Amino acid sequence: MTTVTTSRYDDVLERYDAVLGLETHVELGTVTKLFCGCSTAFGAEPNSQVCPTCLGLPGSLPVTNGTAIDYSIKIGLALHCDIADWCRFARKNYFYPDMPKDYQTSQYDEPLCTDGYLDVTVDGETFRVEIERVHLEEDTGKSLHVGGATGRIHGATHSLVDYNRAGIPLVEIVTRPVRGTGHKAAEVARAYVTELRDILRDLGVSDVRMEQGSLRCDVNLSLMPKGATELGTRTETKNVNSLRSVEQAVRHEVERQAALLDAGERIVQETRHFHEDTGTTSPGRSKEEAQDYRYFPEPDLVPLAPPAEQVEAIRASLPEPPSVRRARFAGANGFTAVDIDQMTNAGVIDLVASTIDGGASPTKAKGWWLGYLVGRANELGEEVTELAIGPAEVVRISALEDDGSLTNKLARQVADAVLAGEGGVDEVIDAHGWKVAGEDELIAAIDAVIADNADTADKVRGGNLGAVGPLVGAVMKATGGAADAKRARELILEKLGQS
Amino acid sequence: MPAISRTDVAHLARLARISMTDAELDAMAGQLDVILGAVSRVGEVAANDIPPTSHAVPLTNVLRPDDPVPSLGAAAALAAAPAAEDGRFRVPRILDEE
Ligand SMILES: [Zn+2]
Repeated sequence: MTTVTTSRYDDVLERYDAVLGLETHVELGTVTKLFCGCSTAFGAEPNSQVCPTCLGLPGSLPVTNGTAIDYSIKIGLALHCDIADWCRFARKNYFYPDMPKDYQTSQYDEPLCTDGYLDVTVDGETFRVEIERVHLEEDTGKSLHVGGATGRIHGATHSLVDYNRAGIPLVEIVTRPVRGTGHKAAEVARAYVTELRDILRDLGVSDVRMEQGSLRCDVNLSLMPKGATELGTRTETKNVNSLRSVEQAVRHEVERQAALLDAGERIVQETRHFHEDTGTTSPGRSKEEAQDYRYFPEPDLVPLAPPAEQVEAIRASLPEPPSVRRARFAGANGFTAVDIDQMTNAGVIDLVASTIDGGASPTKAKGWWLGYLVGRANELGEEVTELAIGPAEVVRISALEDDGSLTNKLARQVADAVLAGEGGVDEVIDAHGWKVAGEDELIAAIDAVIADNADTADKVRGGNLGAVGPLVGAVMKATGGAADAKRARELILEKLGQS
Repeated sequence: MPAISRTDVAHLARLARISMTDAELDAMAGQLDVILGAVSRVGEVAANDIPPTSHAVPLTNVLRPDDPVPSLGAAAALAAAPAAEDGRFRVPRILDEE
């Protein structure tokens, strides 16, 4: 048996099974809030989009937004859920100033959608994530903590609240415990949120912008020793707000919990905060005693009873699932199922599609995004969709590679310069004077290399064509990567009488 | 003993930021007590086989179209607040969770 160096994460998952649970909150893209006609537009002046209802002023009464119900049913159907023929909203009572009513109108034991699933694929292997429930509730306001360090609650003297977000319709999608993911726990978690985001975007029910908080994720995780039957104690990591972070949060909790268990300590059931900068979690509120929200049916709203015809009309209007669209995309461009998984899970499938639409070959488009730019995004700690380089730039660079104006090495230098914000593709090429070495320059370099490597050159002359490689390498080095390697090889062979 | 005292009503009024005169408090305490008494009689007739109801009106699906309605405006919204700062509602320090 060969010794393979495994990461700590892989080592842990040899010995423990990870059990995942994901709670995803999606802000719906309705024009108005869930129970009043206030606008939901992002980025308005604080408290400019509030009214007596969403401020919880005495005497105000809620009226439910019909579009929010339609959108929720859409989501439930796309996730293969049963839609309740009768259900109610409930009051979730708690005292925190982000909810001016002192309760959040939510759903409790009568959710609108139940018992669905979402299939996700990682490296060609399909995992079924079961959906326990999809329910509708209102979002809370935003608090700003003043007086402490960097806006943190700790040490703050007082807080300031903006209720523009309070009352925006929020759909909560809760999975059942996800087991059997083996070493792919973190990838499955990320693939699930990615697939969910793509479905929600295709449904047109949300702008699913994780960076603006319209898609937010809580990651529950516990470990159980291999072969055990009893679930371990879980932690709930709150507000994991990017796809990369979902994966990181799972990895971090797997490693952290295993270290405690290995040391014979116990896991505390608690809420944990995720830190984007370090990829780690820190403890929040302990959940040892479950909070009592004193749920009761909302007396200010009448029950919902979506008629069967309405549900069927919505079902008939659903767009094709992203998985079907991707299969067609694969067929049209000659990609394999594994190519598609990798592009989907890396979040570049739309970028690759746009790059192909712009005129690049499928191989080039995939190669640039999956083979280079995803890695660069990781190094830079940015989402690949937020990079300074986009499909248009990749199309241009590919075209210059294809017509011989750029070598592979130069092309990457151009991409890096664009990534560094130096300007557009043609701009950085002009600024750096990057161009492929001309024939004269190339021949001069070859002559010099042959003179410096007489022994190797003799081998080639003698028929050992394998010896030409080092000579080509030397020419590439001499020209700073600006030579066309294929042409250099041809010229060397010609000069040494082997063409 | 009344189900709701005058002190309870004064407390609720304060929480709801509604100013009430002594005469109003007296009147409201009496009226609320009568209402609560009437409601509590329902509990006497509701047997275990009667499902609890959350609404007295036999209606479902009361919905509105997704059309915007003008909001209050920040100035009006904040005018009713006990304290405001930077266009936001100012509230006392929130219990430290960390
Ligand atoms: Zn409102």
